[in-house]
Amino acid sequence: MTAAELGRALRRREVSSLELTDHFLARIEDSGTRLNAFVTVTAERAREDARRADAEIAAGQGGPLTGVPIAHKDIFCTAGILTTCSSRMLANFTSPYDATVVEKLTAAGTVLLGKTNMDEFAMGSSNETSYFGPVRNPWDESRVPGGSSGGSAAAVAAGLAPAATGTDTGGSIRQPAALTGLTGIKPTYGRVSRYGMIAFASSLDQAGVLARSAEDAALLLAAMSGFDPRDSTSVEQPVPDYHAGLEAPLAGLRIGVIREFFGEGLEAGTGAAVTGALDQFKRLGAEVVEVSLPALPLSVPTYYVVAPAECSSNLSRFDGIRFGYRCESPRDLYDLYTRSRGEGFGDEVKRRIMTGTYVLSAGYYDAYYLKAQKVRSLIAADFQRAFESVDLLFGPTAPTPAFGIGEKVDDPVTMYLNDIYTIGANLAGLPALSAPCGLVDGLPVGFQLIGPQFSESRLLSATHAYQRETDWHRRLPPAWA
Amino acid sequence: MSNEWEVVIGLEIHAQLATRSKIFSGSSTAFGAAPNVQANLVDLGYPGVLPVLNAEAVRMAARFGLAIGARVSHRSVFARKNYFYPDLPKGYQISQYELPIVQDGRVEIVLDDGSAKVIGVTRAHLEEDAGKSLHEELPGQSGIDLNRAGTPLLEIVSEPDLRSAREAIAYMKKIHTLVRYLEICDGNMQEGSFRCDANVSVRGLGRREFGTRCEIKNLNSFRFVEKAINHEVARQIDVLEGGGSIVQETRLYDPGRDETRSMRSKEEANDYRYFPDPDLLPLVLDADWIESLRTTLPELPDAKAARLVAEHGLPAYDAGVLSASRELADYYEAVIGLVGGQPKLVANWVMGDLSALLNRDGLDIQASRVDTQRLAGLIARIVDGTLSGKLAKEVLETMWDEGSEADAVIEAKGLRQITDTAAIEAVIRKVMEDNPGQLADYRGGKDKLFGFFVGQVMKATGGKANPGQVNELLKTLLAG
Repeated sequence: MTAAELGRALRRREVSSLELTDHFLARIEDSGTRLNAFVTVTAERAREDARRADAEIAAGQGGPLTGVPIAHKDIFCTAGILTTCSSRMLANFTSPYDATVVEKLTAAGTVLLGKTNMDEFAMGSSNETSYFGPVRNPWDESRVPGGSSGGSAAAVAAGLAPAATGTDTGGSIRQPAALTGLTGIKPTYGRVSRYGMIAFASSLDQAGVLARSAEDAALLLAAMSGFDPRDSTSVEQPVPDYHAGLEAPLAGLRIGVIREFFGEGLEAGTGAAVTGALDQFKRLGAEVVEVSLPALPLSVPTYYVVAPAECSSNLSRFDGIRFGYRCESPRDLYDLYTRSRGEGFGDEVKRRIMTGTYVLSAGYYDAYYLKAQKVRSLIAADFQRAFESVDLLFGPTAPTPAFGIGEKVDDPVTMYLNDIYTIGANLAGLPALSAPCGLVDGLPVGFQLIGPQFSESRLLSATHAYQRETDWHRRLPPAWA
Repeated sequence: MSNEWEVVIGLEIHAQLATRSKIFSGSSTAFGAAPNVQANLVDLGYPGVLPVLNAEAVRMAARFGLAIGARVSHRSVFARKNYFYPDLPKGYQISQYELPIVQDGRVEIVLDDGSAKVIGVTRAHLEEDAGKSLHEELPGQSGIDLNRAGTPLLEIVSEPDLRSAREAIAYMKKIHTLVRYLEICDGNMQEGSFRCDANVSVRGLGRREFGTRCEIKNLNSFRFVEKAINHEVARQIDVLEGGGSIVQETRLYDPGRDETRSMRSKEEANDYRYFPDPDLLPLVLDADWIESLRTTLPELPDAKAARLVAEHGLPAYDAGVLSASRELADYYEAVIGLVGGQPKLVANWVMGDLSALLNRDGLDIQASRVDTQRLAGLIARIVDGTLSGKLAKEVLETMWDEGSEADAVIEAKGLRQITDTAAIEAVIRKVMEDNPGQLADYRGGKDKLFGFFVGQVMKATGGKANPGQVNELLKTLLAG
């Protein structure tokens, strides 16, 4: 059942939140370490939340999410609960406060099942960089679930949680959603507060949802969104009722197919499934045209300058002084810094800190950072031009279905290319969504929709229309059905 | 030898803005609290926290810009300055780099010869202060107090227009006066609210290109700035005249030994990897808003001094001294209002005897033990001839010590001036009788003895005789 359906069942008193919570906690427990989707399970807190929700429902109060269990990616600060970012650096860190996203979803009545595994500090596309070990894909446990929100994706796909939060800096919600058969949305930059979300690349990071359907995504996103005075980059704009907007008619919607996304590198089966989805949109009355965004192929190199630059600075606060990992018996300050950071961070994080430090260094700044910012503007301009003639852009989410654990881990560049279709939306700050549209050799693949700023409603309603006519989003991994 | 060299100085002044809360968090900025009690999660750089700009700090910086005739930027950008230090919680300081909030200002200073000189202010930018490392309190360990972390600073950078330590001090004092006039900084140098770094170089007289400079860090008193610059200039000239060359470096002034010593060379200098802070949007200020701030500016020191000269007829020097402190000028003007004029007399008393008493007791004018009402009362007694200047000094001291009114002191001490002509004549005749020899000598042409008679008369009246009348009457009576 989807989160929306569970919410309805709760309000009809067909089931209690406590029963639901116990059901999901049992599934998490039974799954043991097979998927490694959770870093922390908050069973006690979950039952407390559930009892409170049941009382609210009994009093005839609460909303569509009251009593619905969810999981948070372990990048969101949760008061009194470990918040590790799947790093040794924060393996001992209990946050003293709640992230705004956590606060808002708690206020919406959700029940917190636990914190999900992820790529360390959200740096990765396979969930293999976690200090707590890789997460496995429920569709094939020898394969990756994608990343960096791999734990959230695996948990929802395997039915360990009805829905989960994620963050998306270069595709970290959409790519795992595609690889595990989920609907994942990354909203417009500034739509959801970043306060309490541990920063990777501040100008690209956005929180979003991994769920079973567009309807679920609409419910959770509505609860998370909104202006937050604690985040200067959050946007003061009212949040539309995404759920009410789901039924908007699709007929006449102009969909632009991004030519650059269907070239070399796109695996044939994935391409066929994505094209099949496009045909479905046509049958639903959408008008489909091909568009070109010539600067878009520069997304990956641009991203791998901007994101490491910001992360090299963002991660400076992890210095072993005030919180987090500190090395044993440092000899002096320099030793304290170098060993705490050397031992506390994993290889991928260190690789990006070094890359970022390099591109910001005197003598290299103009050639790398400044140039990347210029290309970023060109990419944003390409999108803006495209949206003068179409309502939404369309393409695949990831070039291939889930790959094997260990397959790409020693080849960062190939790994980075997995985000080739998703990064553009982050660089331009645009909302984008991935939804399942087929299976290739038993592995899910997804299509991606990208919209203009604050077009979340349109993304969700188009996907909802598609999901009313198809059942890819209802498929479950056979081993977890 | 040093007259073959020209000194070139630029100052970077750090003025702590007098906001109630920090520049990017809601924590208090009050000085002197127990360590770390005024540091919240934002100040501590906790994972996930974000900065939110304090609007009052922006307002203060913009007002400063207007006061020095600078351009207040419609768009300025916060940047991160990256380096590791335990008292820098985030591993970067949020500052402004390429686009500061204030650009191209100027202030006028008065040189020792009384002439004026315009000093360019390249820029002033907003930034956050770091915390403090405490090395003394804990043996073998270092403590960190993050109360100061995130305190708003305005860094005011001058052009290399200053040519001596004296000019540097005059400029620094001028900025000090300005920020206090604007009430954007308390100017307290002991608490570090107003401090500066000095960039010092020398070059052969008449050369156009600058010599290699050294930066002297963290000077927190006018005296230290002067001594540090003079020492550094002497050191550089010594090196150059010995055939050596200056190494660009950062130096620290040690007031105990009165010397500067090397802290780090250019090679060891950090590459701060500045880049725009993605957590803060560019600061965009509306032109109308900036203009509207102009109306909030008080009368500034230069304008005030000019008015005191033009309207009060004060000498430029007096006007400069009085207007150097907004509070002192306010005090002076209040007394003028109460007395109903007498600008020069009031200026003399405020700048002279009253200031001496303030200095003696280490008090600011606001804490003066003789308020404007009482000083006006005293001056009224001078104007109406009740008190001579000399007596008035005595009265002021008593007023200061006892907190009393001038009239009460005059009454209690019987200090009323003797202005009765008959009484003074009687005293003079007595003095002439008692000193026949001197009288004869005086009448015989020894004019110098006139002073002797004045002294005798004043002595006999306990200093209370009106000096003017004494002079007049003596002349007549001595002449016989």
